[in-house]
Parts: sequence; structure tokens; C-alpha cells
Amino acid sequence: MNTATTPNPALLQQLKDILPEEAILTAKEDLHPYECDGLTAYRHLPLAVVLPTTTEQVQLILKTCSRLKVPVVARGAGTGLSGGALPHEGGIVLSLARFKQILEIDTANLHARVQPGVRNLAISQAVDHLGLFYAPDPSSQIACSIGGNVAENSGGVHCLKYGLTVHNILEIQLVTIDGELMTIGNDRQDTPGYDLLALLTGSEGMLGVVVEVLVRLTVKPDTVQVLMADFAAVNDAGDAVAAIISKGIIPAGLEMMDNPAIRAAEDFIHAGYPIDANAILLCELDGTEDEVSEQVARVSAILKNHRAGTIHIAKTAAERARLWAGRKAAFPAVGRISPDYYCMDGTIPRKHLAHVLNKINDYSQQYGLGVANVFHAGDGNLHPLILYDANRTGELEKAERFGADILELCVKVGGSITGEHGVGHEKLDSMCVQFGEAELEVFHAVKRAFDPDELLNPGKAVPTLHRCAELGAMHVHHGQLSHPELPRF
Amino acid sequence: MIADNDITSTLQEQVVAGIAANQPLTIIGGGSKAFYGNETQGTALHVSPHTGVMAYEPSELCITARAGTRLQDIEALLAANGQKLAFEPPCFSATSTIGGVVAAGLSGPARPWAGSVRDHVLGVKLITGYGKVASFGGQVMKNVAGYDISRLITGSMGTLGVILEVSLKVMPRPVTELTLALEMPSEEAFELTTTMRRSTFPLSATCYFDGCLYLRLSGVPSHVFASHRKIGGEAINNADEFWLALRNQTHEFFQQYDRPLWRLSFPPATNVISRLEGNSLVEWGGSQRWVYTNIPVNLIRNIAHKGDGHATVYRGSLPGVNPFHPLADNLRNVQQRLKQALDPHGIFNPGRMYKDW
Repeated sequence: MNTATTPNPALLQQLKDILPEEAILTAKEDLHPYECDGLTAYRHLPLAVVLPTTTEQVQLILKTCSRLKVPVVARGAGTGLSGGALPHEGGIVLSLARFKQILEIDTANLHARVQPGVRNLAISQAVDHLGLFYAPDPSSQIACSIGGNVAENSGGVHCLKYGLTVHNILEIQLVTIDGELMTIGNDRQDTPGYDLLALLTGSEGMLGVVVEVLVRLTVKPDTVQVLMADFAAVNDAGDAVAAIISKGIIPAGLEMMDNPAIRAAEDFIHAGYPIDANAILLCELDGTEDEVSEQVARVSAILKNHRAGTIHIAKTAAERARLWAGRKAAFPAVGRISPDYYCMDGTIPRKHLAHVLNKINDYSQQYGLGVANVFHAGDGNLHPLILYDANRTGELEKAERFGADILELCVKVGGSITGEHGVGHEKLDSMCVQFGEAELEVFHAVKRAFDPDELLNPGKAVPTLHRCAELGAMHVHHGQLSHPELPRF
Repeated sequence: MIADNDITSTLQEQVVAGIAANQPLTIIGGGSKAFYGNETQGTALHVSPHTGVMAYEPSELCITARAGTRLQDIEALLAANGQKLAFEPPCFSATSTIGGVVAAGLSGPARPWAGSVRDHVLGVKLITGYGKVASFGGQVMKNVAGYDISRLITGSMGTLGVILEVSLKVMPRPVTELTLALEMPSEEAFELTTTMRRSTFPLSATCYFDGCLYLRLSGVPSHVFASHRKIGGEAINNADEFWLALRNQTHEFFQQYDRPLWRLSFPPATNVISRLEGNSLVEWGGSQRWVYTNIPVNLIRNIAHKGDGHATVYRGSLPGVNPFHPLADNLRNVQQRLKQALDPHGIFNPGRMYKDW
């Protein structure tokens, strides 16, 4: 898998007509940094990596690839966790890394026009002095790019109140596979025709390449307050989350961590987490001074009613930042206690939290692999981190099966196999668990409308009916799931 | 009490028959928005008997209901639990259905602050153009598995599939609401709303009509009352009725039928446009402007275009005029391809949005 196929001479010649030589990488050592994204278990070398700097170049590159039928994988910062930017061995990687400009900040309309390679956090930093911010804040926000956020419909810890990427972008400039540039969406409250902006957000580079994004800016709240509560029982923490929300309070962030995650994060960041607690809740409330102090009182009372141990209210901005730092560093913290970890991304209706966590612990024993859970509790997005050692034969496969079982469980309780990381290369088989033939048929029809030759990120995000049929057959063998409606191959 | 009545198989049979005979279908919910968009010719497919609430637990912030369930029944159920559809969809008649709300994609006064219909759609179950029942999205807030068909369907006017079920995000009702009325010229109203956009006032709706700016404040009492003190003006009585009348277009402004009613949509900070002053009403902090006018179509669409906006003939038909704003060529082509891919037999509400498809 680690050898680059011989580059197509016609392709290279035509790329050279479009781009300066330094913007085309073909040497093996130059291609290696692009062989995977944040999901490092899968690696392929592409034929070439191209690094355009203008929209016109992107249009010409896509036109060329379309003519020569060469697959194209668009890539932002490469921080994705589902292998969405995994190169195609017979294709090129189209890196948007050089599209780094913030083009316009409009304080009257509250938007910013940015290029796709701009880092998520850089937008908020650029408008901070104006009292504004860009709301979606995936944990990778210091590195991930806005183009990648659009491709994945990224969330973050604040999306319960402020929404996902799809709720916070207004317009994109999209280049289609035949090199056509189109404007999707606008800076108004609605748009004539179909809502293509929603369709394209989260489409994982399968329908077009985003070369510009108009993002909505949000006015920063006057005050922010963070509470931390510890619990002896995970169930109580889960019930407290439901109670806060049913009392009409929508916190800016509501996060849960279980004991292994607490210990790993505390050991790494020294955030002041109680290492003996079985669960902690971090609750962020924002608004005006009065509003926040009123809500802090109400949330504290609810937490107490649900048998929280200590309720700690951050006294300073530094303390607040420290409480969040532990949560935001949970992934690397777990990376320190295990040679490898496999991060899952299922969503569930919150009411099933205790059941799902218990089941995950059962699986953990069954597979003999540890697991730490961090949870965007407010919106039901679970990130179990499965601990394994890739150097031990069979452990990666075991971890993957464990992960697939968790996702199947999420679907069973009415949730989804991915909340914010995307399907990419990683969850193709799990897609067959969540969707049947009727849905896949629609997904493939959408793909056909934009990219009939299947050149954009081929083989990602949506499995073929064939693949699901084979998997179905395999699952029937194990007495689990089936797709009786599908022909067998 | 909402009747639990599943007619999926009947509806599916009709769609399959339509596909086999290449016979177009006109999908009808409560029929309350029949005036909106083009008329379509087709066999009537009545979805309104397909009713029932499949799931609703307030702490999950989500309701799932069959498409024929009446909007007013859903709103009553949510209100009884201290919740609401935050996008405040218009309810033009008691027969309005939740499927129609999603299909038409129309939002009410709170839209710029609370989000639109599509922002609250979490999942849909459809009869597809291939005659099959398919479920997209779900009941969870975050879900990126597969393309976002649920939000694409929202506002597609029944042209991409028959909606069987919808899951919507619901939100708590605000503890306190207060509406201020401030008499001022339109330029001043524009300036005030522009300033307020940058503030943390708990604004949740605006209306400028007949020389008066109405501002609705929603939130916790301390914040709402403090904001009132800062902004000034008188709190009006019957505020709920006022906004409901705007939302459902029973307000006096909407009672004129001698001329077409245009709806113009602009970026928020679009200044007062003198050509559109007069018989008009402005909502959404300036983004949504209602105008009765006989100005020729080309001229009004030009005015919209110059202001980075678009213009819809909302009510009243103009011969030969498509009610929805024309699309750029490449955008029209891709939408047409999408329609063909999802409805290959062209049976769902053909021509309802744009005549060519």
C-alpha cells in the first residue's frame, strides 16, 4: 500500500501548465506527509499533491482531472478523524492549505469572508477585538481549517446553544468537478431554490471543492461562568443533564467525562478534576451578568438534587480556562496512558446514556481493551476512546470491532454512527448498519447529480450497495443484521 | 388528542402507481399554503390523514411526528411542556400540517435570532422517487452520517419526495417576553436595528410598520427588563396577539388583495430602499420586506438584485412570472439534475418551484 503508482504523464504535463513547479509534489518523500489524515491507521500515497493558490487554478485542476478521469481528494488541515482525506492511490490530493486569507470582516452584517485554509480559531482571533466570535469550536480548532469544517459539518463543545457548522455558515463558493464555480447560499435569511448549502455541508468532499466560505459571526456574551460537578454514579450525572435541559436551560456547553478520562486528563493538565469521581459534568453558562448568576443558581440546585458531590464554580477566567483545558486535551491525555487509542463518535438520545455506557463497559471486558469516555452530554455525542497497542498482533482489528459494536449500539438506541467526525473511509461498514438500500439509493443519486464519474473523493462516505450486501451476508452469518432486500453478489 | 393513524402503505402504493404510469402527483397536506408557488397538475396525494406523534420527550429537545399531524396540535403539546418551535412557522389555517411546514420551509418573526425551519430539522422519513420508504437524519442534534437529505428536503415544496415523518428540534419557551413600540422614521429604525445587531439585547423579533418600530425582547426577566430600561419606549399590551397576527398574516397589513404581495429578502444591514417604501412592512431586522406593488417584475427583481437580495411573488399570481426568484444558470442546472436524480420519473409536484422541473 505504500508505493506510489507511476504518475500519469499526461496529467503531470497538464498540471504543470496550471501550476508552478513548486506547487506540484510527486517525490515520494514529499507525498508522505499527505498519506493520511488524523486517522493514521490507514495510509495511501497519492500520484501527486497539488497546492493551488487561486480559484482559477482549482477550476483548471478539476477540469483536467475530470477530462482525464483522475480521482481528486480535497484536503484542508488534515486533522480529520475518519480518513476523509485519505488519498486515492490512483488520484491526486488537492490541498487548500495555501488559501489562508481572511478576505473581509463585515461588522454591520456580522459575517466574515474567508478562504478554506483559514484555521477555525484564527477567525475568532481576528474578530475578538470587535467583540465577536465564530461559534463552532471543534477541539482541534487551533489546527483545523474552515474548509474541512464545512466538509465535515464540525461541531464542538458549544454547539448545543450555538449550532453546528451548518448553522453558522451563510454562503460558499464551490468548484464542481467540471471546473464550474458557483455561489451556494447568501447573506440573507433564505435562498431561492433548494437548500444546497445544507446538502453540501458535511458532504465530505464528495460533491465539490469549497474555495471560499462566508461565516456568521456571533456577538460575544457579556459573561461566562463554568461549573464543575462530580458524581459517584454515572447515571446521576446523566439524569442531571436531562433535568437541566428540561428546566428550560440551554447551557453554552455541557460536557461529561468518566473516571478513566478524568484520571488521564488530570494527570496531563492538572485541571483540578476529582480523580475518584465516577463522572464529572462541566457546565458553561453565558449571557448577561444577571442572567448568568440566575442560571448558575438554578443549575447548582439541579445538580445537588441529582446527588452531585462538590459543585465547583470557577472564580477566575484562568480557572475557567483550566477546567476546559482538561476536557479539550482529553484525547492527547488518553494518548499518554495508552500506546494507541481509537476515537469513536456516536450520537445517542441522551436518555440512553447510562445504558450505553454500561454496554460499552461490557464490550470493554469482552474485548479485553480499556476505554475512556468523553461526552458532549448536552447534545448526545459520545466519544469513547478505545485503548489498544498497534504493536500487538490483532489489537487494532479488535479495537475496530469494538468500535463498530459501539456504533451499532448507537444506531439501535436511535442514534447515529457519527455526530461530527464524518464517515470518511473509517465508517463505511457502519453506514450499512444505519442505512438500507432505500437511503443508499438516494445518496448515490445525489452523488450522480454532482459528480457522475465519481471522481471526487471516490470510495468515501457512502458505501456501495455491493459492500453493504456482502457485509449483510457476513452479519447474517453472525446472526446479527441483514439486508434481505438486496441481491447477493 | 392526536390520532395515531399510519397510512404509509396507502401513500406508498399511490406513489408506486404514479411511477408505473408516469402520472404526476400533487402532494397536499392541510392545503393552507396552496397559494404559494406555482400550481401543479397531478393526481392529489393527501397526506393529512397520516397523523400521530411518534416520540416526544421534552428533555431530548426533539419531537417526531407523522407529516399529517396538525401544526396547532403540535404547538399545543409543546406549549403544555414549556417548549416551542423556535422558528415560529406560520399557521395559515387550522388544517396546516407539520409536513407542510417542513416542505414549504417558511419561518416566522423569530427567524434571524432563533434560526429557520431547516436549522431545526433533525430528520425526515420519505417516500423516495424510487417508490421506497427511506429515513434520513434522526432524533439527535448531531448527525453527519450520509448527505443531509433532511435539510435539503426542507423548503423543497414537495418536489423531491413525500414527507412521511419529521423530527424537529424544540426549544424552551422564554420565561419573559416584552414588546416595545417606538415611533420613528424608517431611517432611524434602520440605524437602531443595525446597532442592536452588535449588542447582547435579547432581541427575538422586529417589525417596522406604519412609522413604528416594534421590538420583541425574550429571555430571563432581569435581562429583559434591564434592556427595556436601556432602549426606552412603551411596552405594548397584547404583544402575543401582535406577533401571532404577523406570523399567521392575519395582521391588517396582509388583508389587501388588489395587488400582488411581494416578499423581498436582503442581507441584514441593507439600508432603507425608497422605491420599496410606502405600502410595506419590514421584519427580521430588515432582512424580510413585504411590499404591495404594481412595479413591473423586472424592475422589482432588479431592485432586489442591486441590494444583493431576491424577490418572491408571495401571494397573487402574475401571468408568466415564476413566483420564485430566477436562479443563476449553473445553479439552475445543478438543481435540475438533483431533481432528476431524486425524482427520476418527475412525479412529485412538477413545476411547483420552477416551471422546468
